[in-house]
Amino acid sequence: MANGVVQAAGLSVPRRRRSGRRLARHKSTIAFLMALPLIALIAALVIYPALYSLHLATLNKSMERFVGLGNFAFLFKRELFWMVIKQTVIFALSAVIFKALIGFVVAHFVHNIPAKGQRKWRGMLLVPWVIPPAMSTLAWFWLFDPSYSAFNWVLTRVGLDAVPWLGEPLWARFSVILVNVWYGAPFFLIMYLAALKSVPEQLYEAAAIDGANWWQKIWYITLPMMRNIIAITVLFSLIVTFANFDIVRILTNGGPIDQTHVFATWAFQLGIEGGDLPLGACVSLFMFPILGVAAYFILRDINRRGTEA
Amino acid sequence: MSRTQFTRRRFLATTAAASAVAIGAPYVRTSRAAGRLSVGFWDHWVPGANDTLTAICQEWAKKENVELKIDYITSQGNKIMMTATAESQAQSGHDVLQFLAWYPLSLAKSLEPLDDVMGGLLKQNGKVSPAIEYLGRSEGHWLGVPAVTGTQVKPPCARIDLLKSQCGIDVQAMYPAGRPPTREAEHWTWDNFVVAAEKAFKAGNPFGLGLGQTTDSVDWVGALFASYGAQLVDAKGNITVKSDAVRRVLEYSQRLVKALPPDVFAWDDASNNRYLISGQGSLIFNPPSAWAVAKRDNLKVAEQLWTFEMPKGPQGRYAPFLPFLWGVWKFSRNKPAAKSLLAHLLQRQNVERIVNASGGYDIPSFESMRDFKVWELVEPPKGTVYHYPPRTEVTWMAGAPAPASIAQQMYVQAINTKMIARCTQGGDSIDKTIGWAASELEGYMRS
Repeated sequence: MANGVVQAAGLSVPRRRRSGRRLARHKSTIAFLMALPLIALIAALVIYPALYSLHLATLNKSMERFVGLGNFAFLFKRELFWMVIKQTVIFALSAVIFKALIGFVVAHFVHNIPAKGQRKWRGMLLVPWVIPPAMSTLAWFWLFDPSYSAFNWVLTRVGLDAVPWLGEPLWARFSVILVNVWYGAPFFLIMYLAALKSVPEQLYEAAAIDGANWWQKIWYITLPMMRNIIAITVLFSLIVTFANFDIVRILTNGGPIDQTHVFATWAFQLGIEGGDLPLGACVSLFMFPILGVAAYFILRDINRRGTEA
Repeated sequence: MSRTQFTRRRFLATTAAASAVAIGAPYVRTSRAAGRLSVGFWDHWVPGANDTLTAICQEWAKKENVELKIDYITSQGNKIMMTATAESQAQSGHDVLQFLAWYPLSLAKSLEPLDDVMGGLLKQNGKVSPAIEYLGRSEGHWLGVPAVTGTQVKPPCARIDLLKSQCGIDVQAMYPAGRPPTREAEHWTWDNFVVAAEKAFKAGNPFGLGLGQTTDSVDWVGALFASYGAQLVDAKGNITVKSDAVRRVLEYSQRLVKALPPDVFAWDDASNNRYLISGQGSLIFNPPSAWAVAKRDNLKVAEQLWTFEMPKGPQGRYAPFLPFLWGVWKFSRNKPAAKSLLAHLLQRQNVERIVNASGGYDIPSFESMRDFKVWELVEPPKGTVYHYPPRTEVTWMAGAPAPASIAQQMYVQAINTKMIARCTQGGDSIDKTIGWAASELEGYMRS
């Protein structure tokens, strides 16, 4: 009897394992099937266009001949191409830095507002991020309008000179970065606010007992605790800002004298407006290695966070 | 079941048999339905203009027993350009599409030759604008016919009162309503234009001439360059920017820019309109849309506006022209019907209805059709747009006479306005500017 029980028990373990494995396999099959529509959608809307643009980038202007890397070699020789790279980097880096700084500071302010009124502030501060950027950029365009800028109206009222917001290269660069910061800072704010709320209060209390001042609390507690979220947010925003199109397109269309073009606007001008799809595809593909590196860091960071958790 | 009952052979046979008048209806109606036709037209900004076009098309469809579907596609956000590119890439979409200036040539391989339609129309209506010859034909074949809707010129639209009081110019005396230009119009030259601009600037109502990178700016600068004979690339594709004519026009521009508002380099196509309508500016280069909006928003300004010819340069008087063309895709399943519709639309009486519906904004590309009553009747003031249609000027597409693939890049990259910006706002010398332009143009030579 006992043997029978042992035998039965001995047999029952592998059987349970087998059924568990089967279930797991079954579960992953179900999961795959459920994810299949999304995978198909991504394949159709992301992978296929990406491969197609790779194919386009290897054709000549009339799309009749394979030219290999000829289009890339052509671009390397163009002065404007290098200018666009420089401008895109300036645009993306400065916008992301300012967005991160502003988001960090404002998140602290909001965090310190009593819970009762905090929701209102959070809602209001998110407004720039929830308005479609094409619409809000149009409103900014009117504020910067070459002839009827509301900002200039105020400046001249207080006895200052009007500013050529979109007419002078430096001011135009400043304006496109400003609008990008205005639009993107709330994203940082909300991410940082969430991170701040997850920092245990006891750490600050312990630091206070040890005599830490405000700055030391930020440096030794807040920043290390928010490190991962800061990294992810910055890298994510870098990708989005590098690929930005609408703000530059609406505000300056790349002008004056091409001094505000970024990859996306120049690619559009060459490919769609200029009828040179291969060259346009080629320009837009230059974003790929840069964004690929950023994506690698995001994924690596997410993995690390997962391991730490 | 085939959806097309009319074959090319049948279309040609019918066309050959038809008289010049009958070209508008080359079909012979049968007892069976003549298939379906899908058309994409530019979405007109003038209220009611689309309705008239729809009515004309539906009259044709009813008569020819065609099931017609019309989409109006906006040019906002370049949607009409992107539609053309996407349909060409996909080899699927409308049967007939309206194309902005350069597109028939850049998408030539996807377009059905329209020699039969255009041949008949030319016989019937006479000469077409040189710019349409340039944009609609490739290797001896017509790839597009001139669209009526949206086709425009951009001559001066100026304040009668300010030009008289500040610049001493009586525009109505030069260009009287309902009559040809007088002898005084001979003095309307670019040399006198800059003098007038300086006077207006001093008086506080500068001329508002955009120098940005959008079409209004590129078009008028293209006409200015043509008036001086300043070609950047010749018809054979040779770079000819290093010339005395180019140097001369840049020197002229350096003087002119000093008399313009300082922010013109950031202007888009709406900036000059706003500038005039607000009462601040005394002259812009624009179709009568600025006047039409002023009529709605600032009647006092509208009552003082007068549209007339471009100034004359050493090489002639050139009107900045921006046409649309209608084309038929090669993949269309009902080409005979598509061609028949286009021929019908370009019948004089139909063109006149379309032009009337736009309040005279649309310009027919057939020179014989520039005598419609609408331009005489529109007011206030009466006859304000009588001289809007180019009757003695050469209609000019910026970038011409360069081969289209090069000219299109020159146009969309706004090389002409950038040259002016570089040697004025940018502080570059004329030599340096010309050198820069030569290097840019080399980059446009890709094939």
